[in-house]
Amino acid sequence: MHIDKETIRKIAHLGRLEFEEKNEEHILKDFNKILDWMDKLNELDTSNVAPLIHMSSEVNVLREDEVKVTLKHEEALYNAPKKDSDYFRVPKFLG
Amino acid sequence: MDKSIIEKYQPVIGLEIHAQLSTQSKIFASDSTEFGSMPNTNVSVITLGHPGTLPLLNKKVVEYAIKMGLASGCEINRVNFFDRKNYFYPDLPKGYQTTQDKAPICKGGEVVIRMKDGEKVIRLNRIHMEDDAGKNLHLAGETDTLVDYNRAGVPLIEIVTEPDIRSSEEAFQVVTEIRKLVRYLEVCDGNMEEGSMRCDANVSVMLKGATQYGKKVEIKNMNSIRNVQRAIDHEIERQIELIEKGEAIFSETRMFDATTGSTYGMRTKEELNDYRYFPEPDLQPLNISDKWLADIKATMPSLPNYLYKKFTTEFGLPEYDAQVLTDAKEIALYFEDLCKHTKNYKAASNWIMGPVKGYLNELTLHINDFPLSTQKVSELIAMVESGKVSFAVASQKIFPEMINQKGGSAQQIAEKMNLIQESDTGALQPLIDEAIAKYPNKVAEYKAGKTNLLAMFMGEVMKLTKGKADPKITSELLKKTLDNLN
Repeated sequence: MHIDKETIRKIAHLGRLEFEEKNEEHILKDFNKILDWMDKLNELDTSNVAPLIHMSSEVNVLREDEVKVTLKHEEALYNAPKKDSDYFRVPKFLG
Repeated sequence: MDKSIIEKYQPVIGLEIHAQLSTQSKIFASDSTEFGSMPNTNVSVITLGHPGTLPLLNKKVVEYAIKMGLASGCEINRVNFFDRKNYFYPDLPKGYQTTQDKAPICKGGEVVIRMKDGEKVIRLNRIHMEDDAGKNLHLAGETDTLVDYNRAGVPLIEIVTEPDIRSSEEAFQVVTEIRKLVRYLEVCDGNMEEGSMRCDANVSVMLKGATQYGKKVEIKNMNSIRNVQRAIDHEIERQIELIEKGEAIFSETRMFDATTGSTYGMRTKEELNDYRYFPEPDLQPLNISDKWLADIKATMPSLPNYLYKKFTTEFGLPEYDAQVLTDAKEIALYFEDLCKHTKNYKAASNWIMGPVKGYLNELTLHINDFPLSTQKVSELIAMVESGKVSFAVASQKIFPEMINQKGGSAQQIAEKMNLIQESDTGALQPLIDEAIAKYPNKVAEYKAGKTNLLAMFMGEVMKLTKGKADPKITSELLKKTLDNLN
């Protein structure tokens, strides 16, 4: 499978990433290299192999429904690039 | 628009209902889910999506979702995992919603609604678990958008119907039934105004008889069941108008505006969503054992449909009564309990729907705060049944006094207030004779055929007994006495 520049732009938009146009060719090549490698992997017949989603075999890792305060309000806002005493602040957009 | 044009078309509607689960803590973190806390106080590093943090699933969320599935006749999926739904939005700190795409916890199922022309079954597609997003505040005069993450991570179940709904009235009933169910199960408070239950509708129209569905439009932002109906009505008309004008319908998301009763389109650029779902590796698989499922089943309350059937068949109540009585679980259970003390089910129903509900409404009380036990109410029913007092006297005089006394025997109160009806013919006869003797002219008129004068004599006897004469017995005795006069 190979992708085109249009797909690169779409992926960048979905990830809210920007790149300079002169790098586009380079990025495209990298992407396609990865996809070529995937094609190589696809040569193996995995139809009888269950997908590996989890790295451990644990199941039902659950917690009881109990409230615990683990983070103070001030700590929560501490690393925000923009904030006031109550809220996180982000550039205005219409929702 | 002309009704005949609207009637050419068949609306096709599917609903997506989000219900916030009434757990104490969030779905993947131990922050409080309390509504109305100070902004950004119910948060944790997990909720805020800090790197390296791991979610931990709340057991109660699973149990609540399963309860809703069992109540809706769903198949419970025994091997569960979560998926990530990826998109960027400021109210979603992780950059993805943790949801169930491939393996929802509940599959299939149905909601039964009652329309004028009978019962209708609306099939469910699925019920799955996911986390809620935070809240963006766009304040006038602010250069920034303010974000509050208290709601981020609050557990939700999303209930998705098949496109089986054919009118806005049916949609209204479906949401009503689902809200009733979550309240019976006590898994969600069902409050649409506060947003703890939210409903989106997918609406399309096609010519009647067509087999191909039209392009569907999703409508959002309806904050009451009535507004779900209004929004759908408006959307159906809007689509028909476009088709009639020969214009195309776009698949889009539209917002409902309650003040104008119309819908408006959102920006279409963000419509190009591609969520790139993939399995969530941070949450271990969730297996539902037979034992766990049985334990959850054992905690299920009686459900509205079961009670409705019991009330209409076993108790022989009219459908209307059964509908009103099963509206809220606590009322239904109170009634069911009352019927353990009386076999006069219709009278019991009348008492609940009349005096009891009237009293609760007047003081905006919940049935759980109602001061009289079902045993006490059954005493009142028995007194009316035996003819000792009329329903009017029982409900207007004895009932309020029993409430005042927070109990007390109905019989004793009636005696003390001197309310027991005179039904002893031996005691009534002299009073009837007295009433007749007072009006010889009227007696003559009655004998000449003016039989409606009976009511006048009844009034006279009532006056003499201070309203305590049993009306039925008095009327019979009075008539007999008059007819036997020469």
